[in-house]
Amino acid sequence: MEQIILRTEKLKTFYLLDMQGSQKVVKAVNEVDLTIYENEIYGIAGESGCGKTTLLKALFNAIDPPLRLVGGKIFYVINGTEVDVTSINPEEKRKLRMEYISYIPQGSMSVLNPVLKLKETYRDFIGSHVRGQSREATFELAQKHILELGLPKNILEAYPHQLSGGMRQRVTIALAALLKPRIMIGDEPTTALDVVVQRGVIQLLKEIQKKLKNTIIMVTHDMGVHANVANRIAIMYAGKIVEEAPTQQIFDHPEHPYTQFLINSLPKFGDKNVRGSVPGSPPSLADLPDGCPFHPRCPHTREICKQSMPGFTRTDTHHKVACWLFGEGENGKAA
Amino acid sequence: MEKLLEVDQLTKEYSMGSLIAKTRITAVDHISFFMKPAEIFTLAGESGCGKTTTAKVVLGFEEATSGAITHNGKLQSKKEKVWITEGVQAIFQDPFSTFNPLRTVDRYFIETVENYKLAGNKKEAIEVIDLKLKAVGISYREFSGKYPNEFSGGQLQRISIARALLTDPKLLIADEPVSMVDASLRMSIVNLFKKLRDDFGVSVLYITHDLATAYYVSDRIAIMFRGNIVEMGSVEQVLMNPRHPYTRLLRDSIPQADPQKRWTDTVTLSELEHDEYLRQGCKFAGRCPLVMEMCKTQIPADITVDDVLVRCHKYNETEAAQRR
Repeated sequence: MEQIILRTEKLKTFYLLDMQGSQKVVKAVNEVDLTIYENEIYGIAGESGCGKTTLLKALFNAIDPPLRLVGGKIFYVINGTEVDVTSINPEEKRKLRMEYISYIPQGSMSVLNPVLKLKETYRDFIGSHVRGQSREATFELAQKHILELGLPKNILEAYPHQLSGGMRQRVTIALAALLKPRIMIGDEPTTALDVVVQRGVIQLLKEIQKKLKNTIIMVTHDMGVHANVANRIAIMYAGKIVEEAPTQQIFDHPEHPYTQFLINSLPKFGDKNVRGSVPGSPPSLADLPDGCPFHPRCPHTREICKQSMPGFTRTDTHHKVACWLFGEGENGKAA
Repeated sequence: MEKLLEVDQLTKEYSMGSLIAKTRITAVDHISFFMKPAEIFTLAGESGCGKTTTAKVVLGFEEATSGAITHNGKLQSKKEKVWITEGVQAIFQDPFSTFNPLRTVDRYFIETVENYKLAGNKKEAIEVIDLKLKAVGISYREFSGKYPNEFSGGQLQRISIARALLTDPKLLIADEPVSMVDASLRMSIVNLFKKLRDDFGVSVLYITHDLATAYYVSDRIAIMFRGNIVEMGSVEQVLMNPRHPYTRLLRDSIPQADPQKRWTDTVTLSELEHDEYLRQGCKFAGRCPLVMEMCKTQIPADITVDDVLVRCHKYNETEAAQRR
């Protein structure tokens, strides 16, 4: 059995907004149970505004107002012991960041300081995490790291604007991998890139994962990217995980009606058959419908769907789905 | 053959840098193509290949350095932007920046109706608007009095298409219309283009980097690379049997939604965009797996192989070999 590296238990993080006296609650992550193993690439897919980025923020343990932890727990497994990271102090939190768990953001232009050469960025980064290093030593470390990942050496002397978008994104990924973290979290790391560049960036991500044997949790709405990199995929809809299975399984036998729509709407080469898109539009997280949040768009809606949300049902050892078509779920009725 | 739009030897240069160190970049380099009525024609390529510049020049937003653009037999000139009256409309990438967030969306429609004198009174105007909205699958009731932020990206993009349809255009120029729309709603936009072509005889110049939707929707396609059209022909031939090495690279780089078709080989990424533009000879020579000596010095000519136009020295050779 694989080693668990990260686990959440009924994780609930909401945005609590105060709008002119009245309170607004945006249920961005609503009772999410995740179990993620060592040495795997875990993909999370869903439409924009379904809470994917918020879920990543929570997993990174960066829950800052207006985002609040409303319920549930997040566990990291550090050296074989499970630690509830929601209750640790800010200093410990800071220590874990980038060394144990690191974050790859989407827009690489806004990550790198535009007025510093990349070697200064590297120096800042290394300086704040590794104590007692001389300037020369950090520079050497940075250079070695850059070369290991097959990036040109002279980029350390360049300013961010001198690099192409793909190169900048690869430098950002390199930085996130510098301290050999056990978990790397990627928030749409390839979305703003061209297809050929995207392929290069994905190549780099996969290489790093192979070398470090760590875990990558990757969010993107591009099912093609998921098919290429992920070992397991979770489908997220309106703040909830609705299906989770190994990649091949998701593409061959999607069970949840939403997943089916998602897979069937993808155009393929050599197939010009008419493809529909998911009918309707995604619900607002501030005003969710009762019961299963997908029921207004679902073609199989029944009375029960409008009243309560189903729990997970296992249709296979590694395949679970939250839909009334497949039963009540192993935990009985969820809220 | 009737040609709705003809672009002949279009060139657009930009100058970059300061006064002293000025370099000229040819964003669009002598490209020619045409569009037939009721046809979806795709211009595809990566960012910085000149596809958006082409659209801007065709729409008259930018002036061409040289070359001619003919709309329906009429030459477009500086004084007379024929496209305004000749039924050309445009759709842009980000629907949220198309509409002013502080105005209700229906005011744009009413303005367009007034400007083009499409209706005599308010009741007629609403009828005209309702008809176009129905074509994109939105009803007047769910649309009137709402601000742009009250719609999803997919809905708003369909609304901007409905606005473009108000004047009954013959040609729609769509610049990356789906790249900001969620994958799950993308097909609703692309299917709409098919419907417009089949039911209303509208031609669409579909500008995109997404070859998968391009294959799905278009009749003919042109692949652009650093200002040149490197391959042009029917979508079936160009994408299923790519001849130019760049087209092949582009097609193979699309992540296929099939876990069994993962990439196994590695790619070389481009040097800086800028350097590729300034390259002598074939602009793809720096990354091409089949590069020859002549590619680095000579600009390849347009060669027609099985009705497909290809711009590559490799086919020059085979043609020469056949003649021998």
